[in-house]
Amino acid sequence: MPVVIVDGQEIEIGADERLNCIEAARRAGKEIPHYCWHPGLSVVASCRMCLIETGQRDAATGTITMVPKLVPGCQTPVKDGTVIVTESQLVKDSRARVEEALLIDHPIDCPICDKAGECLLQDYHFEHGQPERRADLQPFHSRKRDVGPTVTLFVDRCIMCTRCVRFTREISGTAELMVTSRGAKEEIDVFPGHPLANKLSGNVVDLCPVGALGDKDFLYQQRVWFLKREANVCGGCSAGCSIHTEHNQDAVYRLKPRENPHVNKWWICDEGRYGWHHLHDQARLREASRKAPSPSHRGNAAATPATESIEWADVVVKLRDDLKAAGRLAVAVSPMLTVEEAWMLCAVARSIDPEAFLAVGFVPTHGEDESFPGGFTIRAEKCPNRKGVEEVLALYDAGGRSWNDLVAHVAAGKADAAWITAGYPGPWIDTAAADAFADLAQLVVQDLFDSPLMRLATWRLPATGFAERAGTWVNVAHHAQSFRQAIRPPAGVWPEGRLFWNMLGRRGLYDATAVRHQIATSSPAFAALAGELPAAGVDLRLHQIA
Amino acid sequence: MKPSDPSITWLEEKPLGLAERLYLPLFVSGLTTTARHLVSPKVTVSYPDQRPKVGNPLIYRGVHRLNRDQEGRVKCVACFLCATACPAHCIDIVAAESPWPDREKYPESFHIDELRCIFCGMCEEACPVDAIELTSLLDLTGKSREEMIFDKEKLLSVYDMTKDAEPMKSTTMGCTP
Repeated sequence: MPVVIVDGQEIEIGADERLNCIEAARRAGKEIPHYCWHPGLSVVASCRMCLIETGQRDAATGTITMVPKLVPGCQTPVKDGTVIVTESQLVKDSRARVEEALLIDHPIDCPICDKAGECLLQDYHFEHGQPERRADLQPFHSRKRDVGPTVTLFVDRCIMCTRCVRFTREISGTAELMVTSRGAKEEIDVFPGHPLANKLSGNVVDLCPVGALGDKDFLYQQRVWFLKREANVCGGCSAGCSIHTEHNQDAVYRLKPRENPHVNKWWICDEGRYGWHHLHDQARLREASRKAPSPSHRGNAAATPATESIEWADVVVKLRDDLKAAGRLAVAVSPMLTVEEAWMLCAVARSIDPEAFLAVGFVPTHGEDESFPGGFTIRAEKCPNRKGVEEVLALYDAGGRSWNDLVAHVAAGKADAAWITAGYPGPWIDTAAADAFADLAQLVVQDLFDSPLMRLATWRLPATGFAERAGTWVNVAHHAQSFRQAIRPPAGVWPEGRLFWNMLGRRGLYDATAVRHQIATSSPAFAALAGELPAAGVDLRLHQIA
Repeated sequence: MKPSDPSITWLEEKPLGLAERLYLPLFVSGLTTTARHLVSPKVTVSYPDQRPKVGNPLIYRGVHRLNRDQEGRVKCVACFLCATACPAHCIDIVAAESPWPDREKYPESFHIDELRCIFCGMCEEACPVDAIELTSLLDLTGKSREEMIFDKEKLLSVYDMTKDAEPMKSTTMGCTP
């Protein structure tokens, strides 16, 4: 195994690993500061912040020969016998000078800069900079430029690391951003008439180490130190990207990608990034209600029975009674539900009617899968957990049944009651499609918003959005990720898991982890979900092959 | 730190002398203090008929005000540092892009719950542009709780009311000259 010496500490690296000095030093617990280098982008070694001393130990004699000059750590690969010195006086002085040079033309408008608090320029200045400015410069106001529908560029805050430029060239493949002028006049800009408008544009804001690129959706909304972050999974499509939900007082402010080598690397798409606004939509259903049951109310608007709102504790009891009284039950298990919720819903359904017809709920799709040069793919299937729900249904001998099968089953008059779980962020069913469910004795609809189907429902139950759930989602590549609830749902809404948990007669608070352990120990298909899951998730199939 | 720590110097209490043990000299000195205060000028005022005298209005911590810049606009840049520093969480700011070309950010709304405030002055300490200041106004009353939540207009009007008696500490805008 090759051995790298970092500040006198010997670190073994893999024989076929290709690491640079920053990565090798990180293994030794030494952080080499850097701006322009990013593991997902090409190396330009332009910021000069990662300058370090390196050398080579002779394998035969053990003598170390140092390189006379400082070298950029990001551009210097390590091999057996490479010596890295990250804390010598020479290196420290170099870092302080780089910081000083960057701050000469930086506006220092930290109080009004949205990046303050998570800014690398701030952090490195405190750690590596010098306490006072030698140049007699006054703070000034940064120029601002609109570069696209999602991003604002604060021109003077930029330190010219060109991460954003490389992102648009290498990952999104759209190359809207460029560097104009030379030397001290260098600026980031877009080509005339080509705004930064690709589907991954929000990532340049995350990449920006300083406050030069601002997310219009988040600009001025909240200072970053007020935000709390919860590791979560995006529910926008079946790719299931790892994200951080950043929230404060039960309000989401932004979503950020969470590094996950198995799923999304460092990126998320704009659709997912800005796809949380429906959580705080005023039109969301906020209370459970029930129509007085009447089998022939269809087409008779004047005789629409009154709805009564109903307490959740009563829902638990009366919903079961109503469905039992109705007879044959059909249940749509929404692909927005987590594995745990789906599993409990199936158990509830079978406890009401042992012959209950179970099927995967409506799977929304939009366009085609879209891949980008950097390997990122936006999926056409706009739901996070179809695979997981299918696996759960297979446990209940209902594998392979789709939403269309359920509609046909109901239309054929083989069911007296239906329980449709939905929870989609947008409209998903039209009046014609909803009509198939009009003649049922009981129709339970659990959704975020009003819909033609919801208007037919005898039981209207509010659903929860992605950040309000806890559980496990299985993405299109069978990769399962567990996450916890980030924010509480609006007052008066029970998360689906809590309702199913109570309907199963289980005591205490809904605990998704306990349900996950139960599923993992009771079925081989989910065996990989046992125990504590890593933050990056697990592949469900790996365990099955083993 | 343990009691046996060598950096601690332990002092012995001085033994009582004859005067202390007799008690009478202390008794007399105590009564002397009482008698002196009986004849010295009174510092108590019968508020609200009579207004108390504020020593130095510039360091007094009374009702807040929001200062205006040279052009009469709110000086605050909505950086939230006062809200961050506030130990009572009584400041609520909604920031927005400023309508003026020379300023980037301004407070769309700015509320201080004066009932929740503990008048510690941390907001004034934290402000990078000297926009929020505590005045020497001390009679803060209201008929309802809602009335005691001061909005931006009210805080600016406090400035207009007090600017002549108490000029603001700095007229520049810090990072936006």
